[in-house]
Amino acid sequence: MTNLDTNPGPSPRLRLTGIDKAFGATQALRGVSLAVAAGEVHALIGENGAGKSTLMKVLSGVVRPDAGTMELDGAPYLPADTLAARRHGVAMIYQELSLAPHLSAWENIVLGAEPHRLGWLDQKEARTRARGALARLAHGHLDLERPAGEFSIAEQQVIEIARALLTEPRVLIMDEPTSSLTQADTEKLFAVVRQLRTEGVSVIYISHFLEEVRQVADRFTVLKDGETVGSGALAAVGQAEIVRLMVGREVREMYPVRTPQRGTAVLQVRQPQGEPLALHAGEILGVAGLIGAGRTELLRAVFGLDKSVLYVTTPARRWAEGVGFLSENRKEEGLMLPLSVAENATLTKFSALARGGWLRTGGIEAVTADWIGRLGIKTRGPRQAVGELSGGNQQKVALARLLQHPARILLLDEPTRGIDVGSKAQIYALIAQLAAEGRAVVLVSSYLPELFGLCDRIAVMRRGALVECRERAAWTEPELMAVAIGAAA
Amino acid sequence: MKKLLSKFGPFLGLLLVIGLFSLSGEIRDYFLSYANFKIILTQTVIVAIGALGMTLIIISGGIDLSVGSVIALCSVVGALLIQQAWPLVAVVLMVIAAGGLVGLLNGAAIAGLRMTPFIITLGMLGIARGAAKWLANNETVNYDASPLNGWMTTADPFGWALPAGAWVALALAVLTAVMLRRTVFGRHIFAIGSNEATARLCGVATVRTKILIYALAGCCFGLAGLMQLSRLRQGDPTVAIGVELDIIAAVIIGGASLSGGVGTVLGSMIGALIMAVLRNGSQQMGWPTYFQEIIIGAVIIAAVFLDRLRQAKRE
Repeated sequence: MTNLDTNPGPSPRLRLTGIDKAFGATQALRGVSLAVAAGEVHALIGENGAGKSTLMKVLSGVVRPDAGTMELDGAPYLPADTLAARRHGVAMIYQELSLAPHLSAWENIVLGAEPHRLGWLDQKEARTRARGALARLAHGHLDLERPAGEFSIAEQQVIEIARALLTEPRVLIMDEPTSSLTQADTEKLFAVVRQLRTEGVSVIYISHFLEEVRQVADRFTVLKDGETVGSGALAAVGQAEIVRLMVGREVREMYPVRTPQRGTAVLQVRQPQGEPLALHAGEILGVAGLIGAGRTELLRAVFGLDKSVLYVTTPARRWAEGVGFLSENRKEEGLMLPLSVAENATLTKFSALARGGWLRTGGIEAVTADWIGRLGIKTRGPRQAVGELSGGNQQKVALARLLQHPARILLLDEPTRGIDVGSKAQIYALIAQLAAEGRAVVLVSSYLPELFGLCDRIAVMRRGALVECRERAAWTEPELMAVAIGAAA
Repeated sequence: MKKLLSKFGPFLGLLLVIGLFSLSGEIRDYFLSYANFKIILTQTVIVAIGALGMTLIIISGGIDLSVGSVIALCSVVGALLIQQAWPLVAVVLMVIAAGGLVGLLNGAAIAGLRMTPFIITLGMLGIARGAAKWLANNETVNYDASPLNGWMTTADPFGWALPAGAWVALALAVLTAVMLRRTVFGRHIFAIGSNEATARLCGVATVRTKILIYALAGCCFGLAGLMQLSRLRQGDPTVAIGVELDIIAAVIIGGASLSGGVGTVLGSMIGALIMAVLRNGSQQMGWPTYFQEIIIGAVIIAAVFLDRLRQAKRE
């Protein structure tokens, strides 16, 4: 293995050597090295907390390193802030989309770099530039006047990339760009990334999806506990080797071995037209489809979160019936980030845990401490604010809410979005165990390997309807995609 | 259709309010007369000019509670300068500058010290009011005569001419609307209100922009103070208590969102007119003031509720 081979060529576009960074007592980065050539897509791999985001913050000028050197095209590079980094041609696309939702697409694209004469916005020029940037990304058809918030997540991402392109970046950092994209949109994004590569832009690509990384990246660097543990050409190493570097141990099987069992029907998944789909106890039912196919809407209707003619119910009634829902939007809907782990995990049971309306903190913390142990949630304790935890641990808190309730039927919307490989494997094991205990699970996911690895049956949605449901063994990935995009008919 | 509705929502509200008062046969003739229209317009001037500044602040996701106190302070400053026989131009500039200075302090504290606008301007509400009373020696500041006195009246109340103050408000409204739509600064106000983290990320100088927003708004409040002075013809440190709430209400009725990113000058102006028409109509109906207050409160809640419905439908 080309261990610690950080040399992509004689004169790399970007070279980091011996970067140290400590926050208080925590050493976030220790002697990290990274080298990226011009026109190279470089995958930065590592578990959550491995130091990837800190390293990217150093690169994009958000934090200054304690030690080490950075060179950009051979010249010393130490940006004072994000603006300075952008001026040097280092731009970053964040995982959480950062658009101003009320502003139009073109205004978002030129934001911070508006063409103007003495403060007067040159709208014509601004629109021209915005359209030009979108055209480079093969998205010239997007309506420039529409508010950014009204576009699909995939389109919003393209708008963000277009914004970065406006500054003619030499290095473009993409943090988990596909975590909210469907397979088809991911393909489109890859086309965009390849286009950037041919134009000589260096792309640093951060992702948890190893299969995906292989498709798009040339070289890789693995971080673990703030140190560079491996680097080299992706073609030269196997998947298992990268995973071993990441977690420092062999992860033999990502997905648990299950013996499917199907009990009595516990829930009818209804839809406007066609037969309802029965969900059985002990079953994991996958729901696949493109973004916008209506998968989330289906779950929300079942749970009574959104009004629907098919279900007359409310979330409160659903919880009372033992139905639990896990939101795809952890930060804005799923969890109350400033509140404690305990409050988040037990919110559905407040009235049961209270005495005469008086909620005993000790009571909910004791209940939660139990689940922290059982799910292996990494936290200082039940009182810590959920917002301070890593994505994977936040998701475990959200799951703990369903488990302590306890829910018999679990509606899970993208349960592993944006969390690291190690946590994913744990969550898969947990879901399998829940099904083995006889609970019924509906799993909505945009990540096909996860659906194939975990589910008993997979249903495909297209344009708001469940178009086909088969046993897992009766599907292949290409077949499923064909049904999802409507190419089969 | 929905877009049209959301654009003309406040306008329909205004027509509705006018229509309701016109139902009463007793007051209809006078209520709909041009003379009364002039009175309403003149009564709107102070709230309207204040609402222009407040529109900037609310679009940026902020709030300013100190407006009433700033208006009083500025009217006292103006009265003192007239007493000292300063020329009109200098008085006007100094009063506007006084408002701008208070706004600058607000903005510097909010953006520089990263404190919430609510707290800072709540503090300024007390400070400016106290300063006004201090400057005025806790009594009204009187002066003989000033050309300023003619700004809020016309020689012939039944003639066609509008008072100067109304023209000033109108011109300023056009200027502010253009600034919000067409300048980089204006669009940055929307960007900050829509998503401040994004704006900062994109290199928008958020601190400087926010300070400028409050300072400019302060200038508007100073001008509103000048109009107050012109109307009362004396500097009164206890005037305009609670006016900030009318101003905020006007901006919200006009379709702005308190969470930022949304709002228009036209909407705010119509909002200010709605409030003035309600007051004027209620007075002519002979309703007691407490009844007017209840009605205006209900209208604010109804306007925001309707706005919510409109937003929900669009989604």
